[in-house]
Amino acid sequence: MSRTIIYNLLRFIVLVFIQVFLLKNISLYQVVTPYFYILFILLLPFNIPNFLLYALAFILGITIDAFYDTPGLHAASCVLLAYVRIIFISITVQKEGFDNEPEPTLGLMGFRWFFLYALILTFLHHFFLLNLESFHFSQILFTLTRVVFSTIFTVLLMLISGLMFFKKKVR
Amino acid sequence: MRNLLIFISKYNAFFLFIIFEVTSLVIFVKYNDFQKATFISSSNEVIGNIYLKADQVTDYFKLGITNDSLARENARLRNQLKSSFYVDSSSVKTVADTIYKQQYSYIAARVINNSFNRRNNYLTINRGSNAGITKGMGVISSSGVVGIVINTGPNLSTVQSLLHENTRISAMLADSNNVGSLIWDNNLDPTKAMLINIMKQVKIKVGMPVVTSGYSLFPEGTMLGHISRLDAKNSSNVTGFEVNLSVNFSNLQYVYVVTNKLAKEQEALEAQEKQ
Repeated sequence: MSRTIIYNLLRFIVLVFIQVFLLKNISLYQVVTPYFYILFILLLPFNIPNFLLYALAFILGITIDAFYDTPGLHAASCVLLAYVRIIFISITVQKEGFDNEPEPTLGLMGFRWFFLYALILTFLHHFFLLNLESFHFSQILFTLTRVVFSTIFTVLLMLISGLMFFKKKVR
Repeated sequence: MRNLLIFISKYNAFFLFIIFEVTSLVIFVKYNDFQKATFISSSNEVIGNIYLKADQVTDYFKLGITNDSLARENARLRNQLKSSFYVDSSSVKTVADTIYKQQYSYIAARVINNSFNRRNNYLTINRGSNAGITKGMGVISSSGVVGIVINTGPNLSTVQSLLHENTRISAMLADSNNVGSLIWDNNLDPTKAMLINIMKQVKIKVGMPVVTSGYSLFPEGTMLGHISRLDAKNSSNVTGFEVNLSVNFSNLQYVYVVTNKLAKEQEALEAQEKQ
């Protein structure tokens, strides 16, 4: 129990740090802007209460907002991400049959499930975030290009980090 | 009543989602319209201090470039010294000069946080209201216009960059003094901006310099850039001229905040007119 809390706290700090000091400066051809920090919400344990999940998503978003100078933008996107996560997990995963606080990691759930999970959630997050940021229908094509390429880049980073901390577990 | 509670607890994911999402969107709409919450932004002391520390580290890697730009600026200023002019006439008289009074003064500041690749960009600088900076002052660097101060803390200020949807600077062609406006929305390219609202009759060529006009916050003639294309269109189909910006936003280090000594008087006069 306490181990889960410490792990997630560390993950929170490290991901915010990477996002703010490294990825914030990255922009390839004005099209790719990775938002890797959402991995924190993706990797929270399966049996987390809904309220706690939303609260953590909101806090993560507001923290990133404070560094990005965009109050509410990332918070709104992260809360949406939390909602999509709840729906996705309730459709694809049976909650029974797990022992002690499993997390939806690459090692536990297998490549296919994790890839789909990361892809759908990241896409919806980026779609909402970048459209809310530009706030213009007339720029929708350019924004969509940004969404697609940023999603590809972010998911790639997630898979790489998943393989770096790969631990094969038995369900 | 009991049924209602059961209903809500059964679909609690959805109701919690609505509550949190509405909270975030209220924050988003409320604060971004007025540009900035003083609380959740980088002029906040805690976040500002973290940026300050990070800047102290990255600063070392840019020392070479900074030295270069300082040396260049020194040279430019030295050129303006009285002692570097040759006196042509044989009889020299000194006159107590009462014609020229200083209108603009400059406060030097360091950029401690900067963005240039998002839709709306901001900078944080390490001088605030203690140094005499107030909202609405212009910010320039040694190579041209950078932005406008939108929020000040005691020791830090946030600057709305030229690379921002709402930034509109009164500009003119240096050769012919024709006035227009400079805006930025060309596919988020941090090196390009657009000059619009120029009279049709004016003949414009690629390479003409564009500077600030006397109507802007900035001293007249501050560099903005050079015309680089004649038939540019922005996303809302306004035609204009593409301008290659003279400031390189990706390596901004030192900037100057412009104080206009006559700004208060001008504001007071123009406020009277509106009544």
